[in-house]
Amino acid sequence: MQATATAESYDDHVVRMFLMAAAIWGVVGMFLGVLAAGQLAWPALNFDTSWLTFSRIRSNHTFGVIFAFGGSALMGTCYYVVQRTCHTRLALGRLAMFTFWGWQAACFMAMATMPFGITQSKEYAEPEWFIDLLIAVVWVSFATVFFATLARRRIQHIYVANWYYGAFIIAVALLHIVNNIAIPVSWSKSYPIYSGAVDAMVQWWYGHNAVAFFLTAGFLGMMYYFVPREAQRPLWSYRFSIVNFWALISIYMWAGPHHLLYSALPDWTQSVGMSFSILLMMPSLGSAANGLLTFSGAWDRLRVSPAAKFMVAALVFYLAATAEGSLMAVKSVNALSHYTDWTVAHVHSGAIGWVAMITMGSLYAMAPRALDQPAMHSRRAMELHFWLHTIGLLLYIFSMWTAGAIQGLMWKATRADGTLAHSFLEGLAATYPFYVIRFLGGVLVLSGMVVMAWNLWHTAAAARMNRIKPILVPIPEPIPEPEPVQVPPPLPARG
Amino acid sequence: MSSESRPLETIEKNAGLLGVVIVILVSLGGLAEITPLFVNAHTVAPAPGLKPYDALRLAGRDVYVREACYQCHSQMIRTLSWETQRYGPASQASESVYDRPFQWGSKRTGPDLARIGGKYSDAWHRLHLLAPRKLVPESNMPDYPWLARRELDYADITARIRVLRQLGDPYTDEDIAGVYQAVKGKTELDALVAYLQGLGVPAKP
Repeated sequence: MQATATAESYDDHVVRMFLMAAAIWGVVGMFLGVLAAGQLAWPALNFDTSWLTFSRIRSNHTFGVIFAFGGSALMGTCYYVVQRTCHTRLALGRLAMFTFWGWQAACFMAMATMPFGITQSKEYAEPEWFIDLLIAVVWVSFATVFFATLARRRIQHIYVANWYYGAFIIAVALLHIVNNIAIPVSWSKSYPIYSGAVDAMVQWWYGHNAVAFFLTAGFLGMMYYFVPREAQRPLWSYRFSIVNFWALISIYMWAGPHHLLYSALPDWTQSVGMSFSILLMMPSLGSAANGLLTFSGAWDRLRVSPAAKFMVAALVFYLAATAEGSLMAVKSVNALSHYTDWTVAHVHSGAIGWVAMITMGSLYAMAPRALDQPAMHSRRAMELHFWLHTIGLLLYIFSMWTAGAIQGLMWKATRADGTLAHSFLEGLAATYPFYVIRFLGGVLVLSGMVVMAWNLWHTAAAARMNRIKPILVPIPEPIPEPEPVQVPPPLPARG
Repeated sequence: MSSESRPLETIEKNAGLLGVVIVILVSLGGLAEITPLFVNAHTVAPAPGLKPYDALRLAGRDVYVREACYQCHSQMIRTLSWETQRYGPASQASESVYDRPFQWGSKRTGPDLARIGGKYSDAWHRLHLLAPRKLVPESNMPDYPWLARRELDYADITARIRVLRQLGDPYTDEDIAGVYQAVKGKTELDALVAYLQGLGVPAKP
C-alpha cells in the first residue's frame, strides 16, 4: 500500500526543503543588504573589520538574494510546477535531493568564503573556482531531473511555464561555464583565461543574462503557472506567451554590451547591444501584459488573496523595470545614468519589485498546498508583509532614482567657461540623505521578509512533525489533444 | 489538423527538440559578440610602454581584486567630454590587456581610478587607505587597516606569475627569479600603493 502511495504521489519533500531554504536565505541576504546600505550612509558600520567591510559584504548580499534566496525559490517552484503540469511524479528523486543539498552547500561555501576575500571579483560571479565546479555539477543534475521529469510527462503538450524553466536551466549552465573558465593558482585564487576588453565582454554577456535567464526567464516560469492559478483564470493568451518566449530568449543574449556603452569595447558591439536592448522591450512588455491581463475580469481576487496582490504588483514592477532598462540602454540616457545610483534603483525595482514579489506571491500560493494546509497560518501577516514590502520598495527606488539623477547631473555640469562645476565629492555629499532613506526602505523590506519567514514557520508546523500525507495524483484522464492546455489542471482534492 | 495551423506544435510536444532549439537560440548572441573579440584579442597590441605588472604591482592588483574595490571605483574613463575633463584621456582597450579579471567597474560611489597614478603622493595613499576620513572627512570609504599588517608571500606571488605566463603574459625567467627581492619585507599596503601609483601612467604622453 505504501509503495503504491509513493508511486502515485507528488514528490513534495524536496519542494518543502527548498521553500524553507528560500525563507532563511531571504532573511540572511536582505539583512546583508541592509547592512551594506547602512555602511554607505554611516561608514562606522564597517567596524574596521575586514570580513564586515562593505566591499566584501556587498557581494554576499547580491549572491545571497540572487542565488541563495532566488535560486532556492526557483528550484523549489520548478520541481513543484513540473510535476503538476506534467501529471507525474518527479523523476530521479535522489538526484533531486542531491540538487537541494548541493545547492545549499554551494551557497553556504560562497557566502562563507567571500567575506574573507576569496573572490574572483567578477560581478555576480564572485565565488572562486572550486565553488564554481560544485555549482556546475549541481546545475547539470538539476537539468537532468527537470528534463527526465518532462520526458515522463503524461500530457503530450509541454505547458509554457516549463519552457521558461527549461530555458533558464540551459542558459544559466552555458553562462556559468563560459564566464568562469579560469586557471587556479591555489585553492583560493585563480586567473580568468580572458583579459581586459574580452573579459569585460564575456562578463557582461554573463552579467546581463544572469538577469535575463536567472532573474527573468526563471521567474516568468513561476509567473506562468502561479498567476493563472491565483487569478483562477486561463492565461490571457497562450499564443502570445509563445511569441514572447522565443523572442525573449533569442534577443536577451545580444543585449549585454549595453553595460559597456562609451567604454573601450569596440563601437559596433556597443551599437548591437543597444539595438537589441530596445527590441527587447517588445517581449518583456508582452510577458508582463500577458500576466496582468490574465487578471482582467478577476480583479476581485486582489481583495481576497494577498498572494494575488504580490503577483499584480510584481507584474507592474516588471513592466516598469524592463521598460526602464531598455531606456537606460540608449546611449544618450546611459551617459547620464551609468555609474550612478540610478543603476542601483533600476536593479532594485527589478529585484525587490519584480523578482521578490513574484517569488513571495508564488510561495504564498504554493506553501499551503505543498505543506498540506488549507491556507497560510496568518492572512493578516501576509497583508502586513505586502505593505511593509511595497512601502520599503518605494522608499528605496525613489531615493536612489533621485540620488542617481543628482549624481549624473552634477558630474556633467559645466560652468559658462567650460570648466566642471562640481568636484566628485560634492556629488557624494549630496547623496547622503538619500542613502539614509534607502536604508530605511531596506529595513522595511527586511522586516516584511521576517514576517514571511515567521508565517511559513507556523504554516509548516504539521510538516515539521512529519504529519504530511503524500498527496495522491489521480490517474489522469486522457487529455484531448490538440486542445492547448490553457491553465494548469486543478489540484486533486486532498485526502 | 491543428498541427498545420500551429507550426511550433512539434517543438511544444517534444522536450528534447525544445531543449535543442533553446540551445541554438541562446547561443547566437554570444557567438556573434564574443567570438570576434576573442579571435582578435591577440591583435590588440598592448599600449606603448605597457608591460605586464611587476611582482609588487601584481600583488597590489590582487589585493585590489580581493578587497573588491571595483564595487565603488571604476577604471574606465568613458568617451564623454565631462569624463575626460575630470579624469583624463578616455580609456583604451590596449591599456587593460594584462588585466585578469578586468576592473572597469559598474558603479562610482568613489571616483574613477583609471589614471589615478601620480596624482597623489605615496604617503597620501597610505594614510587614505588606512583611514580615509582623516584626509577626506565627507568620504564614506571603509578603513582598510589590515593591509599594513599583512606581509607579502613571495612563493604565492611566484606561483601567480607562473600561471599568468601560462596564460600568455610575457613574463621572463628573470622576472620570476626577481620576485623575492621585489617583495621582500613589503606589506599588502605597499603593494596596493604601488599598483595605484602605476594606474594610467604608461599611457601618459
